[in-house]
Amino acid sequence: MSEVLKVENLHVDFNTYAGKVKAIRDVSFSLEKGETLAIVGESGSGKSVTTKTLMGLNAKNAEISEGSQLLFKGQNLLDLKESEWQKIRGNEIAMIFQDPMTSLDPTMKIGMQIAEPLMKHQKLSKEAALKRALALMEGVGIPAAAEHIDDYPHQWSGGMRQRAVIAIALAADPEILIADEPTTALDVTIQAQILKLMKDIQQQTDNAIIFITHDLGVVAGMADRVAVMYAGKIVEYGTVDEIFFNPQHPYTWGLLNSMPTTDTQSGGLQAIPGTPPDLLEPPKGDAFAARNQYALAIDRQEEPPFFKVSETHYAATWLLDERAPKVTPPIPIQNRWAHWAQLKGNEA
Amino acid sequence: MSETQARPKKLVELNDLQLSFNPGKSNEVKAIDHVSFDIYEGEVFGLVGESGSGKTTIGRTILKLYEPTGGEIKFNHEDVTNLKGKALSEFRKDAQMIFQDPQASLNGRMKVRDIIAEGLDINHLVKSKKERHDKVQELLKLVGLNEDHVTRYPHEFSGGQRQRIGIARALAVDPKFIIADEPISALDVSIQAQVVNLMKELQHRHSLTYLFIAHDLSMVKYISDRIGVMHWGKLLEIGTADAVYNHPLHPYTKSLLSAIPVPDPEVEMQRQHIEYDASIETDGQAREMIEVNPGHFVLATPQEAKQYANDQK
Repeated sequence: MSEVLKVENLHVDFNTYAGKVKAIRDVSFSLEKGETLAIVGESGSGKSVTTKTLMGLNAKNAEISEGSQLLFKGQNLLDLKESEWQKIRGNEIAMIFQDPMTSLDPTMKIGMQIAEPLMKHQKLSKEAALKRALALMEGVGIPAAAEHIDDYPHQWSGGMRQRAVIAIALAADPEILIADEPTTALDVTIQAQILKLMKDIQQQTDNAIIFITHDLGVVAGMADRVAVMYAGKIVEYGTVDEIFFNPQHPYTWGLLNSMPTTDTQSGGLQAIPGTPPDLLEPPKGDAFAARNQYALAIDRQEEPPFFKVSETHYAATWLLDERAPKVTPPIPIQNRWAHWAQLKGNEA
Repeated sequence: MSETQARPKKLVELNDLQLSFNPGKSNEVKAIDHVSFDIYEGEVFGLVGESGSGKTTIGRTILKLYEPTGGEIKFNHEDVTNLKGKALSEFRKDAQMIFQDPQASLNGRMKVRDIIAEGLDINHLVKSKKERHDKVQELLKLVGLNEDHVTRYPHEFSGGQRQRIGIARALAVDPKFIIADEPISALDVSIQAQVVNLMKELQHRHSLTYLFIAHDLSMVKYISDRIGVMHWGKLLEIGTADAVYNHPLHPYTKSLLSAIPVPDPEVEMQRQHIEYDASIETDGQAREMIEVNPGHFVLATPQEAKQYANDQK
């Protein structure tokens, strides 16, 4: 596999009237060709700011610290001028937004909206671009595409509109596709169709996908690797199996336990107490400590570094330090670990 | 429904409820299309369906926020379909609502104290300022909020806390029945569990009955005793949470269940989404609710019902 993107030591602050909001606090990850990396977290965890930074689309009051690096094809995207960004945005890195109603232009025919990036980036003539747009519409499963190429967005249902948004993102055959909650606004049956479409497209084009979501069910079905974010930091990352069956960070435990599964017994839903911290004044030490029943004294003093669990799996929790006391995770997590041990046993 | 078993008391009864928007016109929408079901005292009845299925409209019609075009609603064995004036406000004291978006459903210019006490004031339930204050504090404590927050405004709270305020407001008038319309879908995952646990706890403590409306089937399954599945204004299936979830009868229910992403990578590897052919709803054949298994009903022709039952074996 080859690496298409490397994010290193990303720090993003927002200057507000109330002060500096430290939205991204030292985030690093890499992305391989053809893989899907899911970034999970609650609102305010920094997942959307991360992707906006990758698209060069942050608000004016955003301040990216020196030393932050977004390496794409050997160059640091943060050094780009706006005119250079425009060659990459929508062309080599494209985005699918959450709400297909607000991300389409209501006054422009859909076919033209798909053709536009082709005319801009690939210098196709209008005719050639519209022809390609038609092929893209067929590719994303829009029935009788030729009849609908001159439709306006309001004439379409939410699921069909999201297909159009995907067609626009795919138009220039991007290396990286960023999908920010692409199915959150859709019904589950439509969601299932869109997710399948995205998977099929990835198999054909071998592009890398960064998938932002809060839905662990979607993560389980889509991701190769998962990064869990909390309060502007990645707290755990690993392969999808490692995160679901061998989670190490208490926040990951909390997330997994707060979703009911088919066999959750009544009274068995364990909520994470409290609310995420205010990033105007991030707490000292581990930001999750205040909500963490497994917090150690050191969690309130010093931020935990990443501890290696395997070659692909890292977690930032002091519980993995060799000096830490052994804790017993909640029972559902113990069951997951037992399943993991079984999987490992079968492999050996 | 059969009355063979000794069942708890019916609190809410919908009989052949209908509601059309733009009736008689070419753009008529049958938002509620001959729907009948009962909600028993003390149970959580979950209503699921996709957007446009009519689930929210049913909730609002029960509270008389919409006028039904036909059928009958009974509450506590009394017909409430055509209540007006004083009788209506009496009924609304017993039946309260928790809304989806706590940002939009709380008045941003009112202090939390006044939001929660509004129902008390309107219904003249408190006699003195002191009593009002004490009652508000008691309610805040009940929903897990700090009692000192009475003078704050809604924007000073997080989404989860705002939903707790919405719950406190609903509980203020001591209702018997609460309609919760997507109460958690605007909240983060970790906060959803907090609110659902709070609702369950309050249900036990105050012997409440809930109509829980949601599109998140796994959460509905978790909180509900019985579930009704809606599509295009019709109720297609009704049964215990376990029966509907684990032994669905109607092809739509099967399709809906097969579409839910499960937070387990191994299950997801094998999950196949079953497509639903909605033409069976529009073929013009007469269908009624048929009891296939005890307490488990499906909207079908007699022939279809037999087939659904066979499919299960």
